[in-house]
Amino acid sequence: MVRVELPAHLRALARVKGEVTVEVAGTVSILSVLDALEKKYPMLEGTIRDHGTRARRPFLRFFACSEDWSHDPLDKPLPEEVANGNEPLLVVGAIAGG
Amino acid sequence: MSGVRVLVGTKKGAFILTSDGKREKWDVSGPHFAGWEMYHLKGSSVDPNRIYASQTSGWFGQIIQRSDDGGKTWFQPGTPPSESTTAPGGSPKGESNKFVYNTSADGGAPLTTHQFYDGSQHPWEFKRVWHLEPSLTDPDTVYAGVEDAALFISKDGGKTWDELSGLRGHGTGPQWQPGAGGMCLHTIVLDPVNKNRIFIAISAAGAFRSDDEGKTWKPINKGLKSQYIPNPEAEVGHCVHRIAQAKQKPNLLYMQKHWDVMRSFDAGDSWTEVSGNLPTDFGFVIDVHAHEPETIYVVPIKSDGEHYPLDGKLRVYRSKSGGNEWQELTKGLPQSNCFVNVLRDSMSVDSLDKCGVYFGTTGGQVYCSADAGDTWAPIVRDLPAVYSVEVQTFV
Repeated sequence: MVRVELPAHLRALARVKGEVTVEVAGTVSILSVLDALEKKYPMLEGTIRDHGTRARRPFLRFFACSEDWSHDPLDKPLPEEVANGNEPLLVVGAIAGG
Repeated sequence: MSGVRVLVGTKKGAFILTSDGKREKWDVSGPHFAGWEMYHLKGSSVDPNRIYASQTSGWFGQIIQRSDDGGKTWFQPGTPPSESTTAPGGSPKGESNKFVYNTSADGGAPLTTHQFYDGSQHPWEFKRVWHLEPSLTDPDTVYAGVEDAALFISKDGGKTWDELSGLRGHGTGPQWQPGAGGMCLHTIVLDPVNKNRIFIAISAAGAFRSDDEGKTWKPINKGLKSQYIPNPEAEVGHCVHRIAQAKQKPNLLYMQKHWDVMRSFDAGDSWTEVSGNLPTDFGFVIDVHAHEPETIYVVPIKSDGEHYPLDGKLRVYRSKSGGNEWQELTKGLPQSNCFVNVLRDSMSVDSLDKCGVYFGTTGGQVYCSADAGDTWAPIVRDLPAVYSVEVQTFV
């Protein structure tokens, strides 16, 4: 069970409160977590990564165990602490605008 | 009992304003989709409780929302309202938010680049939906005008979208370029008589018309003169801000261009300037009286560099002769220290016997005139910046 913390607007869109959890089969990477997240919450498709290019949206970042994973390969295995559910994967919106 | 429902899109959510036919007392609901940019909401004329909304965000991209109960509840069309959107295995899909440019050869060989600000060629990149225009005959059919400029259609209530790529691919695309607000297709007019005819407008490319339900297109910019482009009378490249159609005379069109107010008697084949005695002919909105095809409304804005009314006085101008002779309308509008803008999708009219005229401002006011512009009153004063105003009339 992988824990994911979403920005407030995406929690509202997914109609959830607090952290969400997803089951990930195989290697736990940002790619596999996002796949599982979008399968469980299809209304989030396209909101974290572009529909067409599948690239991370520029104003979003990924953090795991206090490290910035935004520019790492999406299929790179996440830390064991995230894979085993002790730590969440953070999807963070950039602080910009008003 | 007659009444109106005003759909307001703002920078931080949507609001729905309702009143009876007197248009004096208003109920306000919202914000819907709090915190999101709501570029446009519009109801179906076939099924008025069917409302489409464009919810967008610089962070999270584009969402299409739909209501089937007049705006009380909303859902993404790909997710049936009866299904829990949080249930795993429910298998709804987020298809309703996908706007993918058609790059196939059978899609009219669409072009893949347009002109960028610096004159170089730039690939088309989807950014957001500016305008949603429900079909006049089928509540499940709706058109979307998007940035970067293209026209999409959904025939399943917003679940899936296909590009009408004959527009982007008809040949002038490499000359289109973004205006200050981006390269957006912001106006869609469906002809109420000729069901095959669609008008659209793009900043900054110009106006275009299809006579075969959107398959093929041609520019309709003859008569436009724009001093800010290398050839002021070019076939395309004009920054058209808004087109409005006289519904009783569908070939009679009006246009608020970047500068200049224009009129066409021949469905856009030719245009004539009708700015007349306007104090400035820069502006964004233009609309037509519901019952008088020669009565039109604009809100003059000082200039392209100063997006607010002249002299701090918010004035609507009305012409009862299809332009050229204009009368300022000020009763109920602020006449000092007013420096708001009125964006291109922010004016609308109702079709009650005494035509109501509505507009919203970037200062968060939505004004209503229940007497065709003679007097005005704010419905609300303190919303977020208003992006769009659409009115539904119930008789």
